[in-house]
Amino acid sequence: MATTHTHTHADVHHHDDHEHEHHEGNFWTNYIFSQDHKVIAKQFLITGIFWALFGGTLSVIFRLQLGFPEMNLEWMRPLLGGWITPEGKIDPEFYLALVTMHGTIMVFFVLTAGLSGTFSNFLIPLQIGARDMASGFMNMLSYWFFFLSSVIMLSSFFIETGPAGGGWTVYPPLSALPQAIQGSGLGMTLWLVSMALFIVSTLLGGINYITTVINMRTRGMSFTRMPLTIWAFFFTAIIGLLSFPVLFAAALLLIFDRSFGTSFFLSDIYIGGEALSNVGGSPILFQHLFWFLGHPEVYIVLLPALGITSEIIATNSRKPIFGYKAMIGSMLFIAILSFIVWAHHMFVTGMNPFLGSIFMLLTLIIAVPSAVKIFNYVTTLWKGNIRFTSGMLFSIGLVSFFLTGGITGIFLGNSAIDIQLHDTYFVVAHFHLVMGSASFFGMLAGIYHWYPKMFGRMMNEKLGYIHFWFTFVGVYMVFFPMHYIGIAGFPRRYYSFTNFDFASGFTDLNSLVSIAAILTLAAQFIFLFNFFYSMFRGRPAPANPWNSTTLEWTTPRNPGHGNWPGEIPAVYRWPYDYSKPGAKEDFIPQTVPFSETPESNLPHENELIKLESSNGDAIVVEGNKH
Amino acid sequence: MTTLIVVLGVVLVLMILYLIFRISTLVSVAKDKKETEVDSSNGLNAMLFILFMVFGIGGFFWYSFAHFDSYTLPVASEHGAWTDTLFWITMAVTVVAFVIISIIKFVFLYQYQYKEGRKAKFYPDNHYLELAWTIIPAIVLALLIFTGLRAWNDITSPAGENAEVIEVIAQQFAWTARYPGKDDVLGDYHYQKIDAINEFGLDLTDNKTFDDFKSLELHLPKGKEVLLKIRAKDVLHSVFLPHFRVKMDAVPGMPTQFKFIATKTTEEMREETGNPEFNYELACTEICGKGHFSMKMNVIVHSEEDFAKWKAEQETWLSQNPDYLKNVPAGLRESAMIKAGIPAETGLKFTQGEFGTAVGSN
Repeated sequence: MATTHTHTHADVHHHDDHEHEHHEGNFWTNYIFSQDHKVIAKQFLITGIFWALFGGTLSVIFRLQLGFPEMNLEWMRPLLGGWITPEGKIDPEFYLALVTMHGTIMVFFVLTAGLSGTFSNFLIPLQIGARDMASGFMNMLSYWFFFLSSVIMLSSFFIETGPAGGGWTVYPPLSALPQAIQGSGLGMTLWLVSMALFIVSTLLGGINYITTVINMRTRGMSFTRMPLTIWAFFFTAIIGLLSFPVLFAAALLLIFDRSFGTSFFLSDIYIGGEALSNVGGSPILFQHLFWFLGHPEVYIVLLPALGITSEIIATNSRKPIFGYKAMIGSMLFIAILSFIVWAHHMFVTGMNPFLGSIFMLLTLIIAVPSAVKIFNYVTTLWKGNIRFTSGMLFSIGLVSFFLTGGITGIFLGNSAIDIQLHDTYFVVAHFHLVMGSASFFGMLAGIYHWYPKMFGRMMNEKLGYIHFWFTFVGVYMVFFPMHYIGIAGFPRRYYSFTNFDFASGFTDLNSLVSIAAILTLAAQFIFLFNFFYSMFRGRPAPANPWNSTTLEWTTPRNPGHGNWPGEIPAVYRWPYDYSKPGAKEDFIPQTVPFSETPESNLPHENELIKLESSNGDAIVVEGNKH
Repeated sequence: MTTLIVVLGVVLVLMILYLIFRISTLVSVAKDKKETEVDSSNGLNAMLFILFMVFGIGGFFWYSFAHFDSYTLPVASEHGAWTDTLFWITMAVTVVAFVIISIIKFVFLYQYQYKEGRKAKFYPDNHYLELAWTIIPAIVLALLIFTGLRAWNDITSPAGENAEVIEVIAQQFAWTARYPGKDDVLGDYHYQKIDAINEFGLDLTDNKTFDDFKSLELHLPKGKEVLLKIRAKDVLHSVFLPHFRVKMDAVPGMPTQFKFIATKTTEEMREETGNPEFNYELACTEICGKGHFSMKMNVIVHSEEDFAKWKAEQETWLSQNPDYLKNVPAGLRESAMIKAGIPAETGLKFTQGEFGTAVGSN
């Protein structure tokens, strides 16, 4: 597959014959150990949906404790067994395990693997005009490493000491010392092993995405003609490739500290009536390593969602995305800055305050490209002809969350203000909106928008609307009140607030948040029904249901392995020729040459006609230079 | 039995929902709608966005003003008043931006909803606009950064010579405080010397430790600079004094610190809040295990005179644990007894005779 793009016309056909043989593989090679990027994408998607439900359910369990501290949870004993105390409450250590696993699962398994894994895999070859990823085998490995990692993480729920409980950031010494918390025993070992495998999966995927985007674009698909989705996936993969190895290093050193008696992160510890021999290590070192991944990770989950949204908003506003190059520029700028802002998570950890000043400066700079993106989205809506498809609704939801949650980042990035807000519910509200919910909505938008291409059928739009409105309002009801709770100083990861006078109010808001969380989770079942029902009974999808310009809609309704039955189409224009003045339709697909649209060409586009007609080879050579 | 009824009820409701869904699907098939047709739901969605905007922004303003007192904590430190001001300035700037952008966005959604036959405006870019909304946020952010930087540099600058030094020690799941005693200098410690009684790990070969005393409550003077020296014995913890806008992690192996000036005594705060039960509190804000949520220390702010009086009344740690005199080098024992305020005969009893063996890990 990797050399498809260097084949001549005849070779491509020849190749396709091979493809045909591939199709007759057995169940195992077609659906389980498939090397087809579309199947792998669906595998990531289904696994991601499973994890999203799992992680969401965990959050509802701990929201029950926070919203209704008096409630008797005896009825959950069949499920949770000994984690329910004899008084019918959640065990405080299990509460911490719930919080930890909710964070880990949502950030890594849902919004990294579920989002990038699904859409980078699905869309990169389809939108750049490639038959598959550069290496189908590595791509397959990427999924199965993720699967193995998932199994191991899941298994930690079934051991006696329970899953890791030191917060998703697993700061040592808490995560290094089993005597400090039960979850730091076997549960933490499983967490580390699972994350190590997860990182391998991410790297295998990321290398593939980058290689494919650089090397396998079809004729005419120059970098400046790539849809913003592809740009976003491309940047995301690069960020992941540069930052995940650092987490790997941190995890490895933590394994050494836990199991082999080293002192990378441990020093001067007296615990359980015993002074440990570890000296010279620094817990702060771990935090630096963790957040060197941890902050770019925020953009690893967010950028793909922003890319998906750009595409969907442009398509459904029937307008070109406003400021295509500014959008790429701001993503590039965000990608670079994401590597030099990590210590804003550590203003009050005892880090040198001078370092705090530097990171505050860099952090607030990152607000500028983010603001540019918001303004560009809003301008894209201006004078559009907006169709509210389900995908469009979720994209608008993303823009709304990105704004609401992004703006609170200006408070938290300011180290002086952060002193009070650090580790309170204000932070919880901030990142759940700007990164959690925004990315989650990006993912849902992508599912609704590309479902017809994935499964050849349409999802039910009405159910999509209901799902959107319940989820949109629900998410705001969950996270908006948390700003107030945070301003009042409520610390995160508290099992109960009754021990402190300053934090004993707000039982009403906490109950409201919990009820909203339950309803929001319940609304996701509308989606699940729609998703699985439409797979078999949905209306068959037309070739190009959204009248979109990009390449994936030129494939057959159910594309086989290889995507296009004949030659891969060539690309002649950028992906955002919507409502072009003079054009008959309100969209011109990327595959339509300028020579066929003299009525709508801009002056500089008329000059490109010569290049098109002289010979496609000129472009081939340029596009495929090695 | 009730469980069965509940399950049956849920199943019934789900079946009805499914039937409604099937019927509406069949009806739409029967009506033979065109595939790309935009139906009446489009206008409904546009309308719902406007409603959402009105109720959302309305609710936000209503709650923020009506319940202002319930979610704002009174401030009781000098730098806290400053950071609060910065907080509310940032709030004003961001809320203005937030409301304007939100309204524009939702109004656009309504105004430019799909209309048959209308063509959207082909408007791919405008460099002046893009430049404007790059530069304006950059300027606003620069202003916020510089005010924040000034405050941050001031807050984190070294404490004055005369600051009241107090050590706060965190462990699972309790706080203790150590005061330097009459010599105003905290004695040395080492984590290897910690045991069940010598919980500070005091190094009794250092004569500065003799008059140090322990407190389970954090007593602070009003109007005088306090330098909190913070350390942790086991895992990470974080000192959070919400009313003083103070937060700093306690890190095993790396002492940290935070300086501040309290501006209101506990009594004054009781009057201000009208709550005779009011107490300042110290909470842990770094996840530290099972008891994280209950790791609390009471904080009492005195006037400077009362604080001096309270300090003078405290017994030194060594006088409470005279058997540790054993660990004091013989040459320093006499001065230790004087500094710690141990009567000579008690001291002799513990350094000789039946308590003759050294205690602890010294």
